[in-house]
Amino acid sequence: MQHTQEKWGRPRDDVYGPYDASYLNSEPRTQTLQPTVTGTSVIGMKFNNGVVIAADNLASYGSLRRFIDQERLIKVGSETVVGVGGDVSDLQTIEEIMEGLEISESYDEPAQSLTAPNIHSYLQRIMYKRRSKLDPLWNALVIGGFKNDEPYLAFIDLLGTTYTAPAVASGFGSYLAIPILRKLVDREGDQQNVSKEQAVDAIKEAMKVLFYRDGRALDKYSLAILSKKDGKPDVEILKDVRVENQNWSMAKQIKGFGTQDE
Amino acid sequence: MFRNSYDNDTVTFSPTGRIFQVEYALEAIKQGSAAVGITSDTHVVLVALKRNAEELGSYQRKITRIDDNMGLALAGLAPDARLLSNHLRSLSMRQQFLFDRPLAVNAAVASIADKAQSNTQQYGRRPYGVGLLVAGYDEKGPHLFEFLPSGSMLEYVGSAIGARSQAARTYLERNFDSFEKCSLEQLIIHGLVALRDTLPQDKELTFQNTSIAVVGKDTKFTILEDDAVVPWLDKLDSTSRRPQRRETANTNENNEEGETTDITEDMVDNTESTESTNSTGSVTNAENAEDDNANANSSAEGDNETDPNDRMED
Repeated sequence: MQHTQEKWGRPRDDVYGPYDASYLNSEPRTQTLQPTVTGTSVIGMKFNNGVVIAADNLASYGSLRRFIDQERLIKVGSETVVGVGGDVSDLQTIEEIMEGLEISESYDEPAQSLTAPNIHSYLQRIMYKRRSKLDPLWNALVIGGFKNDEPYLAFIDLLGTTYTAPAVASGFGSYLAIPILRKLVDREGDQQNVSKEQAVDAIKEAMKVLFYRDGRALDKYSLAILSKKDGKPDVEILKDVRVENQNWSMAKQIKGFGTQDE
Repeated sequence: MFRNSYDNDTVTFSPTGRIFQVEYALEAIKQGSAAVGITSDTHVVLVALKRNAEELGSYQRKITRIDDNMGLALAGLAPDARLLSNHLRSLSMRQQFLFDRPLAVNAAVASIADKAQSNTQQYGRRPYGVGLLVAGYDEKGPHLFEFLPSGSMLEYVGSAIGARSQAARTYLERNFDSFEKCSLEQLIIHGLVALRDTLPQDKELTFQNTSIAVVGKDTKFTILEDDAVVPWLDKLDSTSRRPQRRETANTNENNEEGETTDITEDMVDNTESTESTNSTGSVTNAENAEDDNANANSSAEGDNETDPNDRMED
């Protein structure tokens, strides 16, 4: 006979064993506390008629070169490209969100134009909302496009921090690529004196330096060139671009790790 | 006595395919005072006639700002319009917050039209008793939309809703081909002339009862009221008189809106404005006031001007 009320209606301990309350003492539900599969830097710069953005095709699992065909440049709408660094599963979430955005935008008839500043603002709100839920999308984003026919380039990180600049880069790129890009575009307005070819060359040079010095980088990358042709936006995404003219003769000078005879 | 057994809710069609509650809602718009909207290829202008419930009372606002790029004029139940304009304001703010861009006019009107439509298809709900002229400017240029409780949204070059608005529409139809290239000033004057055509014979546009709003290219939505409309009314007087157009307008009005008792009652209902231009002076006014009382007693015909129950429609 069960004398105490809290036992009433519960499985009998002598038949089923005592109640297993261990799940109540387990850890609370956790969100992403660190990224797992990651992409490295995204870099971008403006030129007189548009924007260039590049991101390599590597998705690393820690230091392992896990996937070598990860596309990290997403075209959104007709005239904007978003480059994504950081966690790749969160990249896929952002891809889905952008797809949903394109679909809901196309409901309106006639549709409003969806430009880089609109997408920048929307992504910033999403990134900040997620960080405020203590469940950030672990990414750094570079948004390139046009605002009123002028080139537009912006950066957002996983906290929702954001800025626009004539040259932006995430991760290792902010140390290694920014100085190279700023030789051409140091301040807002400098892009007026930079041609498309100069910008593409500078980005290629920066991708080369990143491949040399960033252990999570790949020599295969995608390059998005957004420009205005006859006043209309033109988006060209070059895939499987290679880092050319590599010179590893300095490699044997590097000492301090790896197998070395001495 | 005749009783319509198909008008108790919005979800039942009559055998002739009508939904009476929706049609009654459209009648509520005609009880409200007139509002007129016109577009050029750069601007939209709204003008509206305000009413005051009683002589010492304030005038009911007829034009509401939604955002810098959009606003609306209402005819019908003002509280319903408030609900809809609050909805539009929050949509507009959300668009600005999420996408850093103004709300497109067609998207805005489609949103409230959907709200209105769902009221015509769900049991236990009633249609909105208000019509709106939504004026806005977006990347596709200036837009003027007419919103109705039936859920319809139509874009116009020029439109008018509210009491006696047929007179204004007649004016707009006669002149609409000149609107496209109008300057803002000409457009406002066209609007005021159209609005003036809706007035009963003894009433005039005054700085108290007239609202003007403009929005367009490089022009944020701006409402002109009270002292700010005085120069426009002066311009109106200097550009055009109100000659025989009155008669034609009144004829239209009676034929097409089926309001038969307006003219006489309107002539009597002179208590509204103390600065009335009535040259016969206070003796006449006193007499009119008496007539007015008599009228109120016999107002079962359902005309709007003197029935206190109808004051809620603006």
